Amino acid sequence: MIKTEHLTKHYGALKAVDDVSFQVVPGEVLGFLGPNGAGKTTTMRMLAGFVAPSSGSASICGHDIASDALAAKTALGYLPEGAPSYGEMTVRRFLDFIADLRGLEGARRSARLDHVIGNLHLSPVLGQTIDTLSKGFRRRVGLAQAIVHDPPVLILDEPTDGLDPNQKHEVRTLINDMARDKIIVISTHTLEEVDAVCTRAIIISRGRIVADDTPAGLAARSRYHNAVSMQLAEPGQLELARAAVAALPAVARVEVSEREARVTALPQPGAMIFAAVSELAASTGLKLKELHLEAGRLDEVFRTITA
Amino acid sequence: MHNVGIITRRELASYFATPLAYVFILIFLVLANAFTFYLGGFYERGQADLTPFFTFQPWLYLFLIPAISMKLWAEERKSGSIELLMTQPVKLWDAVLGKFLAAWIFTALALGLTFPLWLTVNYLGSPDNGAILAAYLGSLLLAAGFLAIGSCMSALTRNQVVAFILGVVVCFAFLLAGFPLVLDLFRSWAPQPLVEAIASLSFLTHFESIVKGVIDVRDLLYFAMLTGFFLLATAVTLELRKDL
Repeated sequence: MIKTEHLTKHYGALKAVDDVSFQVVPGEVLGFLGPNGAGKTTTMRMLAGFVAPSSGSASICGHDIASDALAAKTALGYLPEGAPSYGEMTVRRFLDFIADLRGLEGARRSARLDHVIGNLHLSPVLGQTIDTLSKGFRRRVGLAQAIVHDPPVLILDEPTDGLDPNQKHEVRTLINDMARDKIIVISTHTLEEVDAVCTRAIIISRGRIVADDTPAGLAARSRYHNAVSMQLAEPGQLELARAAVAALPAVARVEVSEREARVTALPQPGAMIFAAVSELAASTGLKLKELHLEAGRLDEVFRTITA
Repeated sequence: MHNVGIITRRELASYFATPLAYVFILIFLVLANAFTFYLGGFYERGQADLTPFFTFQPWLYLFLIPAISMKLWAEERKSGSIELLMTQPVKLWDAVLGKFLAAWIFTALALGLTFPLWLTVNYLGSPDNGAILAAYLGSLLLAAGFLAIGSCMSALTRNQVVAFILGVVVCFAFLLAGFPLVLDLFRSWAPQPLVEAIASLSFLTHFESIVKGVIDVRDLLYFAMLTGFFLLATAVTLELRKDL
């Protein structure tokens, strides 16, 4: 379990992290969201034992990060922001070095090394120095380093930054595979990632936690939660559709996109309007390309909360 | 202690992963020999010993040792790898010691490669090999002191050039602590015991007595304590501010 209590970090007059308390239990994948400079990285650095908190405390699997730092670090796999490593080393030597520091020995050592090299597709670059690798490979070497000792807790600072869509998908699959028995905390800018891997999301802004919820719960805060969006086959019907939808009693607002020939109906709080809108479309004779119910837009929630 | 060895091995390998190690050793050997034969008058003296070689050693170290030590921590800070290292289950002291040992072993290797000089004096005459051995030991201790100072200066900054200049300046101050250049700064205002204490910190005084072949416990203790002090200062600096 990860537990933080009133974790605070000042840099001079600047409060980088301000009274942050949360707990994460095994099986949870916590997404850490927030604008740049919100305090995500500083919080993760404190958990990883790289930055000392100004006040407050945190523990990893019951080991206090200040008084029992070595035990806390042993239980932890950590990918620092930007995946720094030793550029002059080859991938093979670098992973060997980390395995040594992590105290891996014998059969387990080779099994774990084979496992991470296979899972992160590092075989083709094992003999290359890290300096010569592409950004995507460097990130994967950083991930390999974080998971080589199979830690119960993983803290990954922007694990998919700089990866192409295929690589992102692979890393997310890897995280999902590990999620069952581990505690995972990831930070990200990419909101689709929250939907793809996280069971819970904390949004942090100016050092403070401003939201702590499931991805679905966050999406439900959106104005677009349960909104109905329809795309018309004939753009000429746009005005007809808008007027008809706006006349429905449970509809609070209607948004029209002429470029996409799309009409989006936002419901009154708590109202379900999908059935009403779809009946309306049939009775008014609208020709639809597409009709769907929106769960809510995370990016819109994110902007509203952190602005 | 196990981790010290792992870190030392990684660091040593990293020296030889780039041309830096070879360039350094080459320059060290060329300069050491040039000083010995031209400035030291190796042949003209007509004595079979290595005094000309060891006399110039401190001045050679003054610029070459900070060139080795400047990268110890500044490079880790610059590349961000310090975050990786400090979040492994490694004691800070193990990392400080491991890096220092790697730099020291590397210096010892460069120093060891001056052995043809030793062969030469033995070919030309019959020198006091015990005294030469003592002088090599003194030289190694001097290098340890310089490296520890350099390690501390490197931990203060993420800029290797700054680390180099700070290293040279502080090493220079310690080198000449017993000489008017440094002492005059203190004489006008500091009490006499303090001036004497500063004078006793001089590298040169302690080094020269070892080079003469006299291994005094006080000289050994001096270098050990000085090295220990600056390694401790390195650790404290890092502990105070890892994310510079």
